[in-house]
Amino acid sequence: MLPTPSTSHVCFDRIYEPAEDSFLLLDTLSSASETSFLKERFSAQADGQDSNASGSSCTPLVLEIGVGSGVVLAFVAANAKTIFGRDDVLTLGTDINSFACQAASSTVQNAINETKSSTTFLDIVNGDLASSLHPHSIDVLIFNPPYVPTPCVPSLPLHPNINSKPTPTFEEESHLLALSYAGGAEGMEVTNRMLVQVPQTVSRRGVAYVLLCAQNKPEQVKERIRDWGEGWKAETVGSSGKQAGWERLQIVRIWRDGE
Amino acid sequence: MKILTLNFLTCARKLCKSSNTAFPLHPQDAELEIVEQDMNVEFLRNILPRLMWEELSGVVGELGLPALPPTVPTLESLTEKKLKAAENDPTGMNVVEVEVPSQVALDLHRLLLETCVKEGKLVCGSCGHEYQVREGIANFLLPGHLV
Repeated sequence: MLPTPSTSHVCFDRIYEPAEDSFLLLDTLSSASETSFLKERFSAQADGQDSNASGSSCTPLVLEIGVGSGVVLAFVAANAKTIFGRDDVLTLGTDINSFACQAASSTVQNAINETKSSTTFLDIVNGDLASSLHPHSIDVLIFNPPYVPTPCVPSLPLHPNINSKPTPTFEEESHLLALSYAGGAEGMEVTNRMLVQVPQTVSRRGVAYVLLCAQNKPEQVKERIRDWGEGWKAETVGSSGKQAGWERLQIVRIWRDGE
Repeated sequence: MKILTLNFLTCARKLCKSSNTAFPLHPQDAELEIVEQDMNVEFLRNILPRLMWEELSGVVGELGLPALPPTVPTLESLTEKKLKAAENDPTGMNVVEVEVPSQVALDLHRLLLETCVKEGKLVCGSCGHEYQVREGIANFLLPGHLV
């Protein structure tokens, strides 16, 4: 089993603490079936559009949306060789919470230093979902959304003020934490906003991994993705908590087949 | 924030998505710092085809950094052969040929991965919106009326 990156420097009063959902993403991304899928898709020797003059394929760019503590992105950066079969991999993250951006930067950089991984970490950008990303630039998109059904999602217009405070109050920290878990109706309000951005965010060879819980009605979500047409596919590639717990989790892979 | 990151970012406003002046974002009042990173020639080789060379050249000019070569460097130009004393050779008479990163590769590495915007702003060429960079983190959150 690959080691979990350290998050001991992260303040969990205002940043989501790695939990079962984070660990399911780690386990799924490093599972035999997913590493074999990703190695084939991003093989260093691949030819086609995404290759350079010597025939090796371009560096894959991995984006995690809502990095939180950064544990998932750090895991990918530290273990790229095992996951992708190559270590010239770029990692980039976004989070709406500026404290998470600072903390996750350290998590990823520390994990790279510790494992002496030769992957390249770009930055964590403070933003909403993938809104600041150049279209079609992402090869692997990872999203552990706020998926818990709640009466409402935290107010976005109020957010910039709280986000820029050096020391948020208890209520403000609750707002920051709520952003990381509160998913609104069916727990899908934020995930739905992200899903519509997937086709314009990922590259032709792009793959997205999105975590869903049972209350998100994953079968319906997958059907909706398949209805995008143009060869879009959605399959469950990892799951946990198979007992009838309220938080049964799964990872859905979203992709298109090669040309 | 690394200069290479600018190769993948654009204005966060929906209005600007279809505008070809929203990319690249233009750094202004930038305070730069150098953060050393390990050199990986293989990475440079495989990132070259992804670089928006012309746009990147523009950004480099705006930052007042030494100009990029007019065209994308060839893969061959990233390494050079160098003669080096053979290891475990007490006579020092024998030399071996080794491949090392060229000056082109070292310069690109320094620019893309080691040169960081610490403070300043990124300005959209389409709508003029300014995104602040503080402590190396770019803030792309839009005020309510622009979302």
